[in-house]
Amino acid sequence: MSEGAGKKATYNLPIGPIHPALKEPILFTFKMDGEVIQEVDFAPGKAHRGVEWMGMRRNPVQIVHLTDRICGICGVSHSLAFARTVEQIAEIEVPERAHYVRTIIQEFERIQSHILWAGVAAHELGFDTLFYLAWRVREESLDVIEYLTGNRVNYGIIQIGGVRRDFTSDQFPRIEASLKYYEDLLGKLLNLFLDDKSIGLRCRQCGVLSRDDALRLCTVGPTARASGLNMDVRQDSPYAAYGDLDVRAVLPDQYLSGTNGDVYDRIVVRLLEVPQSIGIIRQCLDQMPPGEVLWETKYAKILATCKKAVGEAVGRVEAPRGECLHYVRMDGNSNPHTWKVKASTYSNQMAWLKILQGEQIADIPIIIASIDPCMSCTDRVAIVREDGTDVLTKEDLTRLSVEKTRRLMQ
Amino acid sequence: MITLIDLLMIVVGTIFVAGFGIVAGLCIFGIDRKFAAHMQARIGPPIRQPFIDVMKLLCKDSVIPENAVPSIFNWAPVVALASSIVILLYLPLGSIMPVLGGLSGGYGDLILVMYLLTVPALAMVAGGFASGSPYATVGSQREMVTMMAYEFPLAVVIIAIAWRLSMAGMAEPFSLATIAGLTTGVPIWGVVGPVGILGCIILMVVLAWVTPAEVSRVPCDTPEAETELCGGLLVEYSGRNLAMFYLAQAVKTVAMASLAVAIFLPWNISWYVAMPAPAAVVVDFIFYLVKVVVVVFFSVSLIRVSMARFRINHLVTIYWGYLAGLGIIGLLLIMLDAFIKGGIVI
Repeated sequence: MSEGAGKKATYNLPIGPIHPALKEPILFTFKMDGEVIQEVDFAPGKAHRGVEWMGMRRNPVQIVHLTDRICGICGVSHSLAFARTVEQIAEIEVPERAHYVRTIIQEFERIQSHILWAGVAAHELGFDTLFYLAWRVREESLDVIEYLTGNRVNYGIIQIGGVRRDFTSDQFPRIEASLKYYEDLLGKLLNLFLDDKSIGLRCRQCGVLSRDDALRLCTVGPTARASGLNMDVRQDSPYAAYGDLDVRAVLPDQYLSGTNGDVYDRIVVRLLEVPQSIGIIRQCLDQMPPGEVLWETKYAKILATCKKAVGEAVGRVEAPRGECLHYVRMDGNSNPHTWKVKASTYSNQMAWLKILQGEQIADIPIIIASIDPCMSCTDRVAIVREDGTDVLTKEDLTRLSVEKTRRLMQ
Repeated sequence: MITLIDLLMIVVGTIFVAGFGIVAGLCIFGIDRKFAAHMQARIGPPIRQPFIDVMKLLCKDSVIPENAVPSIFNWAPVVALASSIVILLYLPLGSIMPVLGGLSGGYGDLILVMYLLTVPALAMVAGGFASGSPYATVGSQREMVTMMAYEFPLAVVIIAIAWRLSMAGMAEPFSLATIAGLTTGVPIWGVVGPVGILGCIILMVVLAWVTPAEVSRVPCDTPEAETELCGGLLVEYSGRNLAMFYLAQAVKTVAMASLAVAIFLPWNISWYVAMPAPAAVVVDFIFYLVKVVVVVFFSVSLIRVSMARFRINHLVTIYWGYLAGLGIIGLLLIMLDAFIKGGIVI
């Protein structure tokens, strides 16, 4: 316990796998000195469900519906990323209108995800009123999503080669009404979150991730943007209809005087992405071209094309939490030879070790929540036999990945 | 000399006050939850929900963790509940004299109440340390720090009021019967002049802010902090023991609100409207309950729905720095008032 004379004794504080601060199972182990964190370690893998294993035993048309269920919040991002990989391999051309439909639904998903996160953040700070209010206004986006796709959570709208449902122009007034609702609400939301004294007190200069660290740890999405990295897949390598639209990465210095990379900046970025999404949906509604929304209406033909496809591809999508990447390799059998899902939390989670260092117990929940972790998106492996702790260094990981690539090349 | 009759009165009075404290405390928790729910745009649980909760907890097993100290672990809730009830015995309920603190042969005063207010918190700290869980240990440490933080502003308020009353030439200024104007018919507001009224308002605000810390509610629920410590010092408690802590908190809330009522809102309807003695007692008591609900609404419900939880170091800064400073300003204003008015009023 004690580390020599004059030093205070440290103690271990486990948080997780199940704890009120965590929305999904993961185990954190803290070495504490009083209220201050000295060392952090975390063990993910508590929410592993073997989605990739299931996928590699199914054909691509079936997998699309499986990808919807990888995450309960950003389901459409996974479907879209996967559909994009298969479309590239099978050289399927997606009709232009389908791109717009995909964009609209992805932006609605972003709105509901960010407002959900804002509510969770308020709850982690002990501000339950704001949590209830945020989740109350989130309902509107779910209602619109249900109106458009028929589903509230797993939308089931993406299909390889397009989308399964068209958004007709008689649906536009309902979409516009919802955009107006959020636009009117936004000032209030920003005021409640950003001008509140107790939130400012708790979130400013807390969980700071510097620009260099953000870059070195390969963070993505709002976590990276809050540290001042100008990166957004929608802007850097546009997919779906984003190429036609005006999309700029939201950075905290657009609202504040500077970039601190603290929890407060992450709140700013996420909240400001809501008006950005509203703008993008408006542009989509204006510019939506007429036409088909599916490359081929006969599903049997889509399936046949996918089964014959040979090759590999990567699909990148800007999910609400950051870049979501799918890699698929097809070898002419009906099922993919390899399917790899890399969710945004996978890139962001290593930032925890950095931003939790030296902070207080009281800030653990909000700092953990500040990268908007999604463990069931991330967990690709579960360690069942826990004898001894294997620590893999960067060199080990490089060696292992080279070996795996060699295996794939055979 | 205590006669047998006196003793009997005290015993009967204690039983009544204990029953009243528990029932009123749970009702106030229910009302507080309903208020909070409506302010958060929810429906909220029925007002009798705390009774249901306690009943359920009483039916459940009390689990004692393996590495706990069973004696302290089991006695802490009893001490907490008992000491919370004892506080109520010294406080006037409407125009009813305190059971133990009445002027004739009073057994204690405001200073004793201040000490008694720390006992439930200390019992929780002892119980927390005895649970043998890191969460409870951290929670106990935080509770001790919180206690140190709010004691000072509380003491300033109490000393200021009692000192002003003694300057006004009142006998036994620390007795709650005197402070509540039961013996003199004059509350603090009738003693002070305009400057003193300003001072009293400041002190009232300070007391309103001490209340959430005293009863550990948001923003001062750091020792329990659901999202950080999953219940902090209560994390290992279950069943009957948890029910007793819950009751202790409920009674303490009533005690804290009654203290605020006795010091700053002591008016009784019977002072202004002539009515027969038994009716006066009932009317004043109902009016007192209304005042307690109002105090709880402003200093517990309203604050807890409009704030995020403080970090423990913020809490200390706020209580030692801002609130104590504010209290001292109030104290100075009251001193100034005493010199302007030359003390004596009555």
